[in-house]
Amino acid sequence: MRITAPLAMFAATAILSGCGDKSDPVRYGPNPALPTPHRGLLPTMKIATPAGWGDQRPMVPPGYTITAIATDLKIPRQTLVLPNGDILVAEGRGGNAPKLTPKDIIASKLKAQGTTPVKGGNRLTLLRDADGDGVYEGRTVFAENLNAPYGLALVGGNLYVANQDALVRFAYQPGQTRASGPPVLVTTLPSAINHHWTKALTASADGRFLYVGIGSNSNITERGMNVETDRAMIWQVDAATGAHRQFATGVRNPTALTIQPGTGQLWAAVNERDEIGPNLVPDYVTAVRDGGFYGWPYSYWGQHVDDRVRPQDAEKVASAIVPDYALGSHVATLGLAFSNAAMGARFADGLFVGEHGSWNRSPPSGYRVIFVPFRAGRPAGPPIDVVTNFMGQDGKTRGRPVGVTVDPRGALIVADDLSNTIWRVAPARPQAAAATR
Amino acid sequence: MVDRAYRIDRTGIHPVHAFLLISSVPLFLGGLLSDWAYSSSYEIQWTNFASWLIAGALVFAGCALLWAFIELLRGDRRWGGQPLIYFLVLLAGWVLGFVNALVHAKDAWAKMPAALILSVIVTALILAATWLGLSTLRSGDMK
Repeated sequence: MRITAPLAMFAATAILSGCGDKSDPVRYGPNPALPTPHRGLLPTMKIATPAGWGDQRPMVPPGYTITAIATDLKIPRQTLVLPNGDILVAEGRGGNAPKLTPKDIIASKLKAQGTTPVKGGNRLTLLRDADGDGVYEGRTVFAENLNAPYGLALVGGNLYVANQDALVRFAYQPGQTRASGPPVLVTTLPSAINHHWTKALTASADGRFLYVGIGSNSNITERGMNVETDRAMIWQVDAATGAHRQFATGVRNPTALTIQPGTGQLWAAVNERDEIGPNLVPDYVTAVRDGGFYGWPYSYWGQHVDDRVRPQDAEKVASAIVPDYALGSHVATLGLAFSNAAMGARFADGLFVGEHGSWNRSPPSGYRVIFVPFRAGRPAGPPIDVVTNFMGQDGKTRGRPVGVTVDPRGALIVADDLSNTIWRVAPARPQAAAATR
Repeated sequence: MVDRAYRIDRTGIHPVHAFLLISSVPLFLGGLLSDWAYSSSYEIQWTNFASWLIAGALVFAGCALLWAFIELLRGDRRWGGQPLIYFLVLLAGWVLGFVNALVHAKDAWAKMPAALILSVIVTALILAATWLGLSTLRSGDMK
């Protein structure tokens, strides 16, 4: 009888940590349901067990095909389609955050179970489909010895690469399969600790400016405010001089940036904070306003104050902008690309978003690529599943999507950093698919 | 006289048991003081200290608890004082201390004020358990 007392206490602990929310209010769009913040004694945690693809494949809508165009990469993250159709793949794993608390040690061990054991390549791999049949038979290492490269952008003859600690530049000639020399430094980037290490990158329509996404150094300031200097923001970097200014702030983890065709408007995919419930806080995509403040750490989705932050800042909360379009909490949006007509009528106007999936939700969400339809340049309507089955019916994960890129010739390129694969989604018969709907 | 001296000599908790028990006291107390420092300064390093101090305290207190449990099961007659009360107080302190460790794993201010309140209660319980445990070493208590 004496032994059962502590066990009963542990059981109570376990029950306290559970969260049941069976109803299904709106989780996406401009006005997502935002429940009351809640966290049990233990954070909700669901590490999906990785498994090989075997005879399974990611699923795509009818009329589309998906093929693996490159496998056995070293943690592919973001891709860039070059003007001649070649695909550049940034491979690596970054971050050097020290483990400060017992929680850090335990959590890092658990989270590592959900990611690939492969060592990051710290390189760019170039894939080539010389005859245009959708099979990428050519594969070379374009550049190596980089430091966790992530964001990629091409402006004229300059290929920009956002390493986890610096923005660098390679000279690029069409058709090149290997960099002609070592990279040139454009500017260093904030990299101390690098809790959120991925440096997203895109170039303005005129190529004058580069936008760099710099994630926060913590979930919600648990490493202190001092380490958040120059974090959780988007920099605008002058491509010619390397000088930068803060373009938008309070953006917790801007993991993907892209420019909207036609308008030149900067859009960002942003990962929001964890550990206040399965349905808080929605990750989002938004048009980024110059000089805008998006809440982190003081508030979320506009003026919803995050009570975990001390000291608080009512003035900052009042100025926080409500993002454009929620995608659901803990989906972990890591890829962002505007579509075009070559993708077929159904996906002609809108944004593809890669959702990596997170540890902090049960049942898990994300683990798919979705499409946010647009009308008149703004999101219109619910998201549509594009690539699914990264997490199978058995609950095992076979892939985790990161970067998504649209090949202007009519294909969606998806980087998968769990199975270390590049997937290519294309209309089965481009003309027919375009005609049917 | 001879009989009595012999009995007193064998009374009380084992020195290693006492060491484990006492070792947890400054650690829990340090955790409490660190919590207080964080709550009054918002300086995050204090709560990092508290997390480690409590983790360390749980290791020592856990060993003492295990020892106390085994002695209780054995119904050791040489053990003076109130073994059941000592064990229960120590158990309560350890379990709440473990809960406190989980509370300390909440990010930033999310742990407050629960962390500070729990630290006060846990430290008080551990002090009480230590008092009960070490009292057995006082020969004068034996009748």
